[in-house]
Amino acid sequence: MDSEAVDAGAVVLSARRISKSFSGVQVLFSVNFDLRAGEIHALMGENGAGKSTLVKILSGFEQPTSGEIILDGNPVKLPPNGAAEALGIVIIHQELNLAEHLTVTESLFLGREVTRFGVLDRKYMRSEARRVLDLLGSHVDENAMISTLSIADKQMVEIAKAISRDARVVFMDEPTAVLSREETNFLFRQVRKLRDQGTSFVFVSHKLDEVMELTDRVTVLRDGQWIKTSPTSMLDGESIAQLMVGRELSKLYPAKREPNVDEEVVLSVNALSTGYVRDASFDVRKGEILGFSGMIGSGRTELMEAVAGLRSRASGEVFIKGEAVPSGDAHAANRCGLAYMTKDRKAKGLLLNSRMTANLTLQSLEKHGKFGYLSPASEASALERARRRFDIRVRDGNVVAGRMSGGNQQKLLLAKVMETEPEIIIIDEPTRGIDVGTKQQIYHFISALARDGRAIVVVSSEMPEVIGLCTRVAVMREGRIVGMLEGEEISEQEIMRYAAGLKKKAVA
Amino acid sequence: MSVNEKTREIRRRTWRDIDLRAVAPFAALVLLLILGAIVNPNFIGITNLANVATRSAFIAIIAVGATFVISSGDLDLSVGSMVAFVASLMILFMNSGAIADPALMLTAAVLFTVIAGALCGLANGLITTVGRIEPFIATLGTMGIYRGLTTWLSQGGAITLREPELQEMYRPAYFGSILGMPVPIAVILAVTGIAAFVLYRTRYGRHVVAVGSNSDVARYSGIPVNRVRTIAFVIQGLCVAIAVLLYVPRLGSTSATTGILWELQAITAVVVGGTALKGGAGRVWGTICGAFILELVGNIMLLSNFISEYLIGAIQGAIIIIAMLVQRSLVRKS
Repeated sequence: MDSEAVDAGAVVLSARRISKSFSGVQVLFSVNFDLRAGEIHALMGENGAGKSTLVKILSGFEQPTSGEIILDGNPVKLPPNGAAEALGIVIIHQELNLAEHLTVTESLFLGREVTRFGVLDRKYMRSEARRVLDLLGSHVDENAMISTLSIADKQMVEIAKAISRDARVVFMDEPTAVLSREETNFLFRQVRKLRDQGTSFVFVSHKLDEVMELTDRVTVLRDGQWIKTSPTSMLDGESIAQLMVGRELSKLYPAKREPNVDEEVVLSVNALSTGYVRDASFDVRKGEILGFSGMIGSGRTELMEAVAGLRSRASGEVFIKGEAVPSGDAHAANRCGLAYMTKDRKAKGLLLNSRMTANLTLQSLEKHGKFGYLSPASEASALERARRRFDIRVRDGNVVAGRMSGGNQQKLLLAKVMETEPEIIIIDEPTRGIDVGTKQQIYHFISALARDGRAIVVVSSEMPEVIGLCTRVAVMREGRIVGMLEGEEISEQEIMRYAAGLKKKAVA
Repeated sequence: MSVNEKTREIRRRTWRDIDLRAVAPFAALVLLLILGAIVNPNFIGITNLANVATRSAFIAIIAVGATFVISSGDLDLSVGSMVAFVASLMILFMNSGAIADPALMLTAAVLFTVIAGALCGLANGLITTVGRIEPFIATLGTMGIYRGLTTWLSQGGAITLREPELQEMYRPAYFGSILGMPVPIAVILAVTGIAAFVLYRTRYGRHVVAVGSNSDVARYSGIPVNRVRTIAFVIQGLCVAIAVLLYVPRLGSTSATTGILWELQAITAVVVGGTALKGGAGRVWGTICGAFILELVGNIMLLSNFISEYLIGAIQGAIIIIAMLVQRSLVRKS
């Protein structure tokens, strides 16, 4: 089935004909997968292809409905809830699992604290934590409180935690989603080093270039089925993408369309400052897609939240269609026709325990009845419309949002925001953690919205996305807008120059 | 064809929708009824059951309000003291003789009580939201304040309704019946019906659940989170006022010990009824069922001879723990 033995590493962990159903819905169909000692194995597939489920089964967090797991040649039943760590199987979760009130050192040693004469040996643990963090090239202070760290640093702590546990098999679910390029490089270097010492890695990622760069073999899943396992060197990005989608990828980005210069300015931000953002000004015209690029932590989200009234401004003004919007009043901004779509769909976007309908209409309940009364029929038809318009694919219409795939969640979130019928839409990280096929769909939705005459601001850390979608790109650095690029200027190198502070120009 | 599909969809929805957690309290109630019937044949009689339901009215109505507060992610510990305080105010108002005509006086007193209850709830709401104090602490504070004010108003004794004429006119509000149903039971049904409508069928109800399950999501969806939470406290205050309206005609008197530990009974009823204490899911009918279960257990213990009725507090405490364990096991299965 797989291309036979390219390297001679013995199989450490394998899945034989694994199937899995959740409340009657089958998500994995007799999948085979094997992991050799000392390899980095990429697990690829669109959202909903079953990658996360397979990872959870192989790390004991879920039990398979049928099929068996073989560890070192023996069939095993993995203990649940992370107890498989004792067998050397460690998972780095996509959602960060750190207690906010512990220090970095305490987190690293949580559950296996080192003691001397029954008393915590803090000094030893601190130095050990420092050693592991240095190995990863991380500057994180080992005494810092987890709650004070950025998302990227928390991710680093998670990785350090896994590495410090002498793991034999490490599952990494989208570990680089929130890391900068340098941090990613450090991580990869460390992963390769551990691989050479015999540790095996399963790498789940949507970033094709990283898969090509880092991994030894690739397994592709599609719709819960095993499609192919092959040495990475025998594939290229294009062919992996095709295996994942199962069809030729048409052009990822729709054609750009510049708005007329005399088109009405619908959103105007003037010298806006918050705690971190300083003196930001920009305009958006009807039908325009304006991009915001920059490093993580450059203040893009803070600026957009201030514009949307989700955070109060220290100074500066926001005008929507010429009308001044009061500071810190999300409701007023909404009423004027501005909607903000958060990048954090799980913590700030969707009620994960509620059904699609409750999520869809949450922001626009006044449309569904009079005097506060809600009409179930009106809500149901809104859901029907949204599912068709945004191609939300779920087998069971009553599923709770938390059970949906990332791509479908993102479409639902977009649909929810669009239910308010905004004229200006700020989309923060439109495609974080979703697969290529859904990405392409979302790009087309965004483009279609702009063609309809809506003004769109796209904040994204993925440069190709900003370059492919936007007719103008603002670059932020350390809380300021340092560049505004148009037309030919929009290129990865040019954006990088501004984002890294090599170049700076006065912004109109 | 499409009509067919739609009916199929609806049918599938009805049987798949059954949530074990929502059904569990009612199943427990049926079990208790069977148990009671075995223990004592008088138990299952209409008179006895109507009696139990009538006595559960105070806790049931207060617990309906608590369902809102708990669903929105907060907690109100002050309700027991609030009952004592609002009831004292009501009796003092009626004793003041400000209005000569008894009927008019009674109407004014009812209005006064409702406003007093709403204001007490509003105070709790504002202290938690505007003052940004944990609801547990904020209402622990007002619990002491309302209780202390009651003790002061009564000078450590009792406050008793003096007008015999008023008393006579007001009596049926607890002892009377509507369409053969004791008034308190009718009031429970009416309050619960309205509450269920508000929680499940209105914008405000949806906002309560959204705030309780994730206040960040609610905020990012443009929901005025603090207003939603404050209104939940006001609803709690209104429910306390309604309970007071039934309580005063029963004894015509209050004291500093009125309503002691009622807050715990109300919270127990809410939790036994299937509402999650961490917010995000409210079950109003379950709450009523929970209140009824609490009263029923006491009743069975009275009618049976093998357990001392002095153990009633211990049994109620055990019920809340068992209810939580059952709920958790149901979550795992589904």
